[in-house]
Amino acid sequence: MSLMLEPNPTMIKEKKIYREMGLTDEEFAMIEKILGRLPNYTETGIFSVMWSEHCSYKNSKPVLKKFPTKGEKVLQGPGEGAGIVDIGDGLAVVFKIESHNHPSAIEPYQGAATGVGGIIRDVFSMGARPIALLNSLRFGELTSPRVKYLFENVVAGIAGYGNCIGIPTVGGEVQFDPAYEGNPLVNAMCVGIIRHEDIQRGIASGVGNTVMYVGAKTGRDGIHGATFASEELTEQSEEKRPAVQVGDPFMEKLLLEACLEVVKSDALVGIQDMGAAGLTSSSAEMASKAGYGIEMNLDLVPQREAGMTPYEMMLSESQERMLLVVKKGREQEIYDLFAKYGLEAKAIGKVTDDKMLRLYFRGEVAAEIPVDALAKDAPVYHKPSKEPAYYREFQEMALYIPQVDNYEETLLSLLAQPTIASKEWVYDQYDYMVRTNTVVAPGSDAAVVRIRGTKKALAMTTDCNSRYIYLDPETGGKIAVAEAARNVVCSGAKPLAITDCLNFGNPEKPEIFWQLEKAVDGMSAACSALETPVISGNVSLYNETNGVAVYPTPVVGMVGLIEDINHITTQEFKQAGDLIYVIGEAEPEFGGSELQKLLSGDIFGKAPSLDLEIEAKRQKELLAAIQAGVVASAHDIAEGGLAVALAECVMNANGLGAKVTINGESVTELFSETQSRFIVSVKKEHQAEFEKLVEAKLIGEVTANALLHIENEQGEKVVRLPVEQMRSVWKGAIPCLLKSKA
Amino acid sequence: MKFAVIVFPGSNCDVDMYHAMKDELGEEVEYVWHDAENLDEFDGILLPGGFSYGDYLRSGAIARFSNVMKAIMKAAEQGKPILGVCNGFQILLEAGLLPGAMRRNNSLKFICRPVELRVENNETMFTSAYEKGEIITIPIAHGEGNYYCDEETLNKLIANRQIVFRYHNENPNGSLEDIAGIINEKGNVLGMMPHPERAVDELLGSADGLKLFQSIVKYWREAHVVNA
Repeated sequence: MSLMLEPNPTMIKEKKIYREMGLTDEEFAMIEKILGRLPNYTETGIFSVMWSEHCSYKNSKPVLKKFPTKGEKVLQGPGEGAGIVDIGDGLAVVFKIESHNHPSAIEPYQGAATGVGGIIRDVFSMGARPIALLNSLRFGELTSPRVKYLFENVVAGIAGYGNCIGIPTVGGEVQFDPAYEGNPLVNAMCVGIIRHEDIQRGIASGVGNTVMYVGAKTGRDGIHGATFASEELTEQSEEKRPAVQVGDPFMEKLLLEACLEVVKSDALVGIQDMGAAGLTSSSAEMASKAGYGIEMNLDLVPQREAGMTPYEMMLSESQERMLLVVKKGREQEIYDLFAKYGLEAKAIGKVTDDKMLRLYFRGEVAAEIPVDALAKDAPVYHKPSKEPAYYREFQEMALYIPQVDNYEETLLSLLAQPTIASKEWVYDQYDYMVRTNTVVAPGSDAAVVRIRGTKKALAMTTDCNSRYIYLDPETGGKIAVAEAARNVVCSGAKPLAITDCLNFGNPEKPEIFWQLEKAVDGMSAACSALETPVISGNVSLYNETNGVAVYPTPVVGMVGLIEDINHITTQEFKQAGDLIYVIGEAEPEFGGSELQKLLSGDIFGKAPSLDLEIEAKRQKELLAAIQAGVVASAHDIAEGGLAVALAECVMNANGLGAKVTINGESVTELFSETQSRFIVSVKKEHQAEFEKLVEAKLIGEVTANALLHIENEQGEKVVRLPVEQMRSVWKGAIPCLLKSKA
Repeated sequence: MKFAVIVFPGSNCDVDMYHAMKDELGEEVEYVWHDAENLDEFDGILLPGGFSYGDYLRSGAIARFSNVMKAIMKAAEQGKPILGVCNGFQILLEAGLLPGAMRRNNSLKFICRPVELRVENNETMFTSAYEKGEIITIPIAHGEGNYYCDEETLNKLIANRQIVFRYHNENPNGSLEDIAGIINEKGNVLGMMPHPERAVDELLGSADGLKLFQSIVKYWREAHVVNA
């Protein structure tokens, strides 16, 4: 739209044009009061993106306050580009997870690619070198052509961006459920390493300091992306395709290297990524955080297209752009540094002391807004919350006891469930080795990346079983954190902290808001019990298609510290003759389980219970045993229960099998998803020491023949399957589904 | 021996190559920016993998016009060892230092995984530490590794024993004759899609790539002693 055609302030008010931008009548009245006049079109646009849920967290803020965010080692909690935790040796780990759900639903390749690009910028804007990427993906069942298209292109988009920029994609999770049919979830996480003295913050301070723009030029792509992310998907969403940005990983690679050089310079005052709401959010937030104002001349903004208006420039979400504040008089150093990488840094404004965001365009003031009104003083809503009827029903249901006639067939069917099946098809497309530090590649419990020049390594994982959370958000929230911690501990690491991505439906519906509240309560309790504070995160609400919400999916990204690379442990059995132990007892808990889904086609009843004290105790014991060097392999028991976990321990091993005996009711022993359990293998010579350190039950032995052999206490065969047969089903499931014609 | 790791805008395996030389091999190594004009001080040139210039237009097509390419041509004429890995191989093809071209993998997907290679020719300055026919495990990570050349070129490659590595058991990308790596006629320029610099430490899964770099150093030391 050209300037001439923009509605004037009176029209905006009278025709309620602000509603199309996502502002309510009350919010528009607030804006009028703040400014003491009617806002013009540009200003209305600026308020609408900054007050969108995506930028302001206006609906989720009161809930997010419940998260424990402090810890002895936390150097930076939520509120900056990414959180930071001390790991000793003068180093710290920086990480954050973020969603790109709506763009990926419309344009899966670019939606996913730019999700990766955005989270990488969040990490290097802190001054950190990105060392690893992870992701968490949810799709509908792999039966419809649309879901296959989304799945294949999201994976290709993640690969396309991460591989090109040269940051290894080391781990993640993919789950499939009809709940995500129209609204897939694409969450990307980035982990970086930083020296303490290099930590940067997004602040614009010092009157007269220069505001600089670097990176790609501003185009008309992604306008109102943040607003689009804050509404439900409908049949008309396809029309929002222009709100999806296009990524250029090559540009970002140059920007990354240049920015990591610039953070070493004392000419730099502050640096921030132009992410959601681009130039608007980066400038307003940097000024508001520092207690200053910013003045920019939009004629100086590098533009990809002719005739762009202030509205378009301020709302564009063109990718690969950064905003810098540089000490006055030191500009030339910065120009030279960026020029080396073929990039142009451009001075577009300065820091002021009047706490205003003031924009000039063709010699006139195009917008003038108090920065705090856009950032820290944005509205906050306390939404009503209501327990949904389904929850009460599930709680009151009689215990579900599945009927299984053939254990072997059931196990094979479970291994072929896309959620359990091997994700090799996915991670083969990711360069998970570049930078040559990946010690444990995708496919184990957590990925492990060593830190060059030290004995240390980091374990990292993303986890969330949303079925449990749907059945019982509070318990499910606890489980999500506990499971992430189990994966990290199994790899030999002490869990440090989490980042979270809260993917929920429309918070204006009381039942959805209740899910959000309860899930956060559960996660908070688990974070406290397991001493893993929340250091960063992202909220993605309005994940609904035509009025139906996805399962509540608060994805947990966790990082743990391995003190000595000799402690690195993986899930597969190592050697024939090793003893196999199980930590924890199985109860008949099948609500939300893979077996329930397989047999009944749906989920219902109670989620598995979780005792956080027991969880913490078992994790501590197992980690102590790993650190003592008496554990050969460790794996948590998750979806599909003991039988699936045992199968995974042998399918990933080379030519080994297992012979174990189960006590008690076979279906429960094999397939229950009771929490806080592990399978561990131990060399015979370590038996005594292991048993001293860990309360566990000996159930069998690793064998030299590649066979999974499970007997009951009467010595009767329960399962006897060649490993090759299981492996072929497990590895073949996803490629086979993709090839089959729906 | 002193190595140069050439860094193009968009190179991303430069760090891996550098550390393989420095930490695992214990040789001197420096990063050299793409606009450098002189490589005389270096004894060996390494072109790392990555996405030079974003692989825009065609892999390696823009990088071959870099300033540093003239110096690389000169080093090639001087008989210095030059190794191009992955994107480095693609650049050597585009520059005409090696014959043939790369197409997209036949799966049309990027593939990253360890693969088995057979050492076809162990009488080169890059492979003397291997046994002939030795099966080694080296990772691949590429979207365009499907090597192709015309029949005449292929016959020459075979006759001159210029095919140095072939994929063993499984051809991951559809490349002609299972070709994974080729050498020039003179024997001092090697291009290969698999990443030997990613296979220099057992901790990361394989150290089978180390012998390739050891071969180069051994060759250089012997030549150096003779010349001295």
